[in-house]
Amino acid sequence: MNPTLSFFYFLSFLTVLSALMVIISRNPIHSVLYLILTFFTLSGHYILLNAQFLAAVNIIVYAGAIMVLFLFVIMFLNIKNDHEEAKTNLTKIAAAIVGGTVFVILFGAYRKTAIMPADPNTFDSQVGMIESLGKLLFREYLLPFELASILLLVAMVGAVMLGKREIGERHF
Amino acid sequence: MELTEFIIKTLTILVVFVLTLLIAMYSTWGERKVAGFIQDRMGPNRAGPGGLLQPLADAGKMFFKEDFIPALASKWLFIAGPSLAMLTALLASAVIPFGSTFRYDGVEVVLQGVESNIGILYVFGVVALGVYGIMIGGWASNNKFSLLGAIRAASQNISYEVAMGLSLIAILMMSSSLSLGDIVAQQHGGNWNIFYQPLGFIIFLTCSFAECNRVPFDLPECETELVGGYHTEYGSMKLGFYLFAEYINMFVSSAIISTLYFGGYNYPGMDWVYNQLTAAMGTTTGHNIATLIGTGVFFGKALFFVFFYMWVRWTLPRFRYDQLMNLGWKKLIPLAIINIIITGASVLFLKPFITSLLN
Repeated sequence: MNPTLSFFYFLSFLTVLSALMVIISRNPIHSVLYLILTFFTLSGHYILLNAQFLAAVNIIVYAGAIMVLFLFVIMFLNIKNDHEEAKTNLTKIAAAIVGGTVFVILFGAYRKTAIMPADPNTFDSQVGMIESLGKLLFREYLLPFELASILLLVAMVGAVMLGKREIGERHF
Repeated sequence: MELTEFIIKTLTILVVFVLTLLIAMYSTWGERKVAGFIQDRMGPNRAGPGGLLQPLADAGKMFFKEDFIPALASKWLFIAGPSLAMLTALLASAVIPFGSTFRYDGVEVVLQGVESNIGILYVFGVVALGVYGIMIGGWASNNKFSLLGAIRAASQNISYEVAMGLSLIAILMMSSSLSLGDIVAQQHGGNWNIFYQPLGFIIFLTCSFAECNRVPFDLPECETELVGGYHTEYGSMKLGFYLFAEYINMFVSSAIISTLYFGGYNYPGMDWVYNQLTAAMGTTTGHNIATLIGTGVFFGKALFFVFFYMWVRWTLPRFRYDQLMNLGWKKLIPLAIINIIITGASVLFLKPFITSLLN
């Protein structure tokens, strides 16, 4: 087996394991830490696919910013194991049905997808590099790109409005 | 990858690693000497000549202290905290270009751990991860003061990362490359970015103070409010790792500041020195000596900024927390956005105008 392939299998094993540990571990802090590990292994996959920009941005945005906020909120809530409320059987059955359905849908969708065959002779290995990505984003996909940025801006303004202090109100 | 190339890369990375650790170690000594000088006293002067063995003595003390874990702490995370802090601090030095190339037997060796086309994004990603060591350690201590320190560190790092990233974008717009090697090479011949980006430099410097949790932004370990902050429960070498990680961060951020804004290994009159040396000693030896001089200049710049960190620490008082947040969100971020707009306008309109005038 060539080193890239064995590395791929090792990374995939780690990804699946840490993703499973996210839902298995009882302590929410541990869950978040395993989720961060999952993002790291996903970035490893991106690097194997020669998409370094995507890998770096995945680390910066997800592991560096969003997961810090997750951890932040969970630490503030201070959920301990002993406060965990027991789930009723009805909840468990409903959760199992919903989860199972999602799994069946995903599996069906996965079976239907055709994997694009890549010709190693004509394949451009630089396609995931930041230069080609930037050219593509700012030429062919300029409108969707700008629309996405406006969407993010609107969400940000909304969050600021929600968190804004009213006149005369004091928080501390 | 060929075996010789692999061995060369391994050796470069090892040298970078050892150098970073060594400089961080002697920064602790330097900090005390600077503090002593500013407060009109001697500083460490007992261990070795001029106190030079003081870092070794401190390390020995740290190792032989009792390794204590509080009863209600989360044991694994308590150990993981300082380890992560050290890991993320050491990761960033891999992409910094310490000098141009070494010639040996017709092989050119770049004095840089990894030449990556996303170099500055890598640094930024590692900086973004730096907060985990503090957060995990502070939470795992199971102590209210540690938790408050950890949360302060997290919110401070997230806030200042935004302004830092925005000030970086102005640099990237000028250099149109993410690779640190390219950014340094473009500053050759006195074209240092500091002359084009003075505002961006000030924003970047302020943010790197905040990211390193140094005075005046050391609110996470503010002893008047939080006992010891996130490392209240830590002792022995685990505390040592936290303190050591701070010094590594200081050195790495100083190196990055000198790479981005002060031309890295470039210095005035570089081409003249290079030509003299190659004329006098041949293309191999002369080239290597010129590279060594460049590396020396680079370390000089980086160490000056390490000194600058210490100078600020012993001169300025600490901010209040709301002042820190207001500075980050209401002043630095709008300033950084204005800087981006000015840079964009200059690149689009001013640069063609000036070049047309010159030609």
